[in-house]
Amino acid sequence: MEQDFLLSAPITFLSIMATILMVVDALIKKSSKITFTLSWLTLGITGVLAAWTLKHNGTAFNGMITVGSFGAFFDILFCMGALLTLIAARPYMQRENLEHDEFHSLILFAVSGMMIMAHANSLLILFIGIEIMSVCFYILSGYMRSSVRSVEASLKYFLLGAFATGFLVYGMALIYGATGSFDYNQIFMAAQHELRFPSLMMIGIGLLLIGLSFKAAAFPFHQWAPDVYQGAPTVVTAFMSTAGKIAAFSAFMPIVAIVSPADTEMKIQIILAIISAATMLVGNISALTQTNIKRMLAYSSVAHAGYLMMGLVAISAHHARGVSGILYYLSAYLFMQLGAFVIVSILERSGEKNLEIEDYAGLSKRHPVLAALMTIFMLSLAGIPPFAGFFGKYYLFTAAIESGYTWLTIIAVISSIISVYFYIGLIVKMYFTEPNESGESTQQLPGIASITLAVSAVAVVFLGLMPAGLLDVIKLLFGN
Amino acid sequence: MNLQSIPLEYYLSLSAIMFTIGTVGVLTRRNAIIIFMCIEMMLNAVNLTLVSFSAFMGDSAGQMFVFFVMAVAAAEAAVGLAIVLALFRVKQTVYVDEINIMKW
Amino acid sequence: MNKSMIDLIYLVPLLPLIGFFITGLFGKKQKSEALIGGIASAAVGGAFVVTALIFMTLVGHGSEERSHIVRLFTWMQAGSFTIDVSYQVDQLSILYTLIITGIGTLIHIYSIGYMHGDKSFPRFFAYLNLFIFMMLNLVLASNFLLTFLGWEGVGLCSYLLIGFWYERKFDGSFIVWTGDAAKKAFIVNRIGDFGVLVAMFLMYNQFHTLDYTAVNAQAAAGFQPGATLITTITLLLFLGCTGKSAQIPLGVWLPDAMAGPTPVSALIHAATMVTAGIFLIARNATMFALSPTTMAVVAGIGVATALTAALVGLVQNDIKKVLAYSTVSQLGFMFIALGVGAFTAGVFHVMTHAFFKALLFLGSGSVIHGMHEEQDIQKMGGLKKYMPITYKTFFIGTLAIAGIFPFAGFFSKDEILWNAFSQGHWVLWAVAVIAAFCTAFYMFRLLYLTFGGKERFDHHHIHPHESPKTMTFPLIVLAFLSVVGGFLGIPYALSIGGSIPNLLEHWLEPIFAPAMEILRRPEVHEVHAIEYGLMAASLMIAILGILLARSYYKNASDQPQAMANRFSGIYKLLWRKWMLDEVYQYFIVDVFYTISNGFLWKIFDVKIVDGVVNGTARSIASASELLRKIQSGIAQNYAIMMMVGIVAILVWLGLGT
Repeated sequence: MEQDFLLSAPITFLSIMATILMVVDALIKKSSKITFTLSWLTLGITGVLAAWTLKHNGTAFNGMITVGSFGAFFDILFCMGALLTLIAARPYMQRENLEHDEFHSLILFAVSGMMIMAHANSLLILFIGIEIMSVCFYILSGYMRSSVRSVEASLKYFLLGAFATGFLVYGMALIYGATGSFDYNQIFMAAQHELRFPSLMMIGIGLLLIGLSFKAAAFPFHQWAPDVYQGAPTVVTAFMSTAGKIAAFSAFMPIVAIVSPADTEMKIQIILAIISAATMLVGNISALTQTNIKRMLAYSSVAHAGYLMMGLVAISAHHARGVSGILYYLSAYLFMQLGAFVIVSILERSGEKNLEIEDYAGLSKRHPVLAALMTIFMLSLAGIPPFAGFFGKYYLFTAAIESGYTWLTIIAVISSIISVYFYIGLIVKMYFTEPNESGESTQQLPGIASITLAVSAVAVVFLGLMPAGLLDVIKLLFGN
Repeated sequence: MNLQSIPLEYYLSLSAIMFTIGTVGVLTRRNAIIIFMCIEMMLNAVNLTLVSFSAFMGDSAGQMFVFFVMAVAAAEAAVGLAIVLALFRVKQTVYVDEINIMKW
Repeated sequence: MNKSMIDLIYLVPLLPLIGFFITGLFGKKQKSEALIGGIASAAVGGAFVVTALIFMTLVGHGSEERSHIVRLFTWMQAGSFTIDVSYQVDQLSILYTLIITGIGTLIHIYSIGYMHGDKSFPRFFAYLNLFIFMMLNLVLASNFLLTFLGWEGVGLCSYLLIGFWYERKFDGSFIVWTGDAAKKAFIVNRIGDFGVLVAMFLMYNQFHTLDYTAVNAQAAAGFQPGATLITTITLLLFLGCTGKSAQIPLGVWLPDAMAGPTPVSALIHAATMVTAGIFLIARNATMFALSPTTMAVVAGIGVATALTAALVGLVQNDIKKVLAYSTVSQLGFMFIALGVGAFTAGVFHVMTHAFFKALLFLGSGSVIHGMHEEQDIQKMGGLKKYMPITYKTFFIGTLAIAGIFPFAGFFSKDEILWNAFSQGHWVLWAVAVIAAFCTAFYMFRLLYLTFGGKERFDHHHIHPHESPKTMTFPLIVLAFLSVVGGFLGIPYALSIGGSIPNLLEHWLEPIFAPAMEILRRPEVHEVHAIEYGLMAASLMIAILGILLARSYYKNASDQPQAMANRFSGIYKLLWRKWMLDEVYQYFIVDVFYTISNGFLWKIFDVKIVDGVVNGTARSIASASELLRKIQSGIAQNYAIMMMVGIVAILVWLGLGT
């Protein structure tokens, strides 16, 4: 029992601190400085705790959660994402005059939900994790209460999210009925034998995948993403589109692995492949004609879910590189997508201004450093070496080819060619066009958000130049 | 009357029908609050499925799950109503088809 | 001077990289152009010196010990998948490195003068240094992935440099701004890169390595000539080459790439980057030799490009566009050489072409500079007396590209033609000769219209002047190289019974030996009478082209003089007035003009090739519009969309269970 608490320390510590933070918020007025300090300390300590449990590999609390290894790797990613978001959020929230109430504790609660998702070893725990995260996101996306867009985003996210939750739990219930358990290991064992209700099992798996695809924003369950990402406060979008997506995949990976024995006719695998192909095509093609930068990045994040699902296809085909491919890509994706959104948040002006791609014309003149960093993130998102995005794609594409999905890889390559068009389009805007007259000239200093940008940019370049380091860690943790 | 005297299929069919009714409601109603009530109905249909599996297998895990679903539904209800309220403040409407500033 | 010298190869790419960081980070604050330009040039010059020392070391080794792999560090490792950052120093890569750093240094020096006063002076040099770094990685790499890194990197630099003067308008097909030209180049190249990427996947899947040596050795050991997999891989690689080296069907970007500053056109779009495609094939000669189909495709595309580009070149009036089309055409010649298995001849032409094309571009830059940014040759004329050095060096370059003995172009072009003929591809030979004829014609047309005849520019606004020393010095060096460069590869027929060695062939022989073995080409050391005949014929045809150009353009706007010249002898009168003039006018000029202007340029180049590219773009854009419509903004419509997906998935899962 002590061992259980010790090894699940990252989750318990973070949850307790999030609760304390909420109380502090309620008791102390003008508490933002205290809560900010407390929350970044909490995230830092949680990250260290997670790193400490990284080498362990087992379960705790009667097999309800896994500890160490896989979950701990994700804990670190979540803490990193949340920490970078919080730092970037501080100047943004001050400028937008939003720094009140439970912003920090909501972020922490969302992280605790994500961590529970990544550690889940039972469908019940997975459900609780998803809901903790989602409820926090519903609130966070509507955080600018006076903004129509923000509230609209919140409502759309809430209604569609709750709708998808219905399918998710229905799927869980059917799997429970077919296998007699919520436990991952027992479902895995049961799936290898003859089941009582094989058709219920298949439908249950289908519904579960649908629910998770919604969280990952995969076609045709992606339509909420552009609206929500556009309407939500930009720093929240940065957090949702990175950590939220990583959490969805942290839940997706073990699920695909445990249900794959039941997939004797490869039907699930083919569904995943088709969703993957459709998602990247739809995401990239839709992004082409966007004029709002947040919306463009939102569609690009949809497309990236498509690339990531190639790794799920590989996992479903029992290919080991699927796992390491997804882990590497998620790490790279965290930094490049977060960095891009944070730049958007720095350039944004109150009242949702300065968010059109047109407003980025001649940015290299006004903010040469921001333009250069944006270029790095765009090139990485477009998958151009030597940045991290290239190697992420490379691994996933190789994994898909080796799993026998050459057609999927060809679609992936074509859609990434399409994506070059709008990523490069932004660079052309920033470097090769003159700023328009109405373009704002006031110098907005990024403040401490520059820490986030520096860390993200260094990570994108470093992961691209030296992918070996991270891959070694992944290999050490998960074998090959 | 014993629970098991009615075959499992009946329970499952009933819950599937309830789930479908809820789904159709979500797709057809305009009022955000009623849509949310339909979602609640979908969740309750799932609860019925869980309870009946639980009873027929003699396994309590399913009933435990039901409690969590109910707790989550309550939390969602609180958040959802707050969002609808906030929306009404800025837009004076609760009809979802009138909420489409962000599109394309 | 031994192995340890070769280990210093890392300095070669490192120096330009350092130069990039210095000029990029500190250049903006620095006011002194001389300092920035000096640092950038010194970085590349230093790389050249190191390369030259390594080259000397290699020369000192026996011919079997000239190939070295210098491993720097492990780039990435995942299971059995290991990629090192390691450089392959051998005869081929060191030759390329010499060309890149050598010509690179000259062009850096030239740019100090050319870019003088530009507001983004440091940025320009930072990009140039970065380009050199990337290009060196491309050619020095010992595996495909590192080459691919350089391959993408040079594409990026090319893109940055084409769009360097982004505020300028540029008149290209479907293009208004230089930024659009840059984007076009980048995107067209990505299509080619797609081929390389897929080829790499296939190779890794098959051979479990991406090292050049291992891949080629395993391909030679494990596959019969004509194996489908090898054909697929090589064709995909060749798709990448058509992108980078501007061959049909991906060559559309190069003429528009002239939107960039002229030194960039000289360095990237003539001398180095565009020959990356030839490098990739030469590096994998063994694999290409295994696939007769690919070889035929390479030769076919090469000859088609050589001819069409040469024909289009006939009617261009922009000095840089003429040179751009001639570059495309000359690259086509190189692919002909590769396609018929004459790898040495192809690489030889890369080298000589680098000399004279860099010279011509820099010369045109000098003209543009002296003419205050005028590029239309119809508005020039008579510049001979204003810019004597530019004229003389340009003249040498023109003779070299036209293939006049004993200038560099003669030897390399002749070797390509002879190889095509001796392998029995006389059609290739004939078409290539026509292309060579056109080349001689339009190059001398360019020369006469620019430097000869009447002054057609506005004397009030334009005062042509010779360029500064930083610009003329590289011209003189390159002119010298264009004169003597060819002697490195003297064909056996001209070697006076073998007493003068063919240095280049000897040097590259071990590299292409495995490929030659597969192609079963025994070396011929007999002098054929026919070889002399062909040599004379191609020389005659080049001279014919020159004479025709001379008669038409030497005094284009100087009619009395032209008439006098024309009637100066019976011979001329007969030849020109009664036969050739008319024949030429009605059968050649009109037909060619119609074909090249009416069809090739306006229809083939602009409509078909650009049309396909633009058509694809348009259909994707309309798909995007359609998807926008589906995204209605109403939550319930999204729920319906989800429902459609859910029902589809459940029906699919329910089927058959």
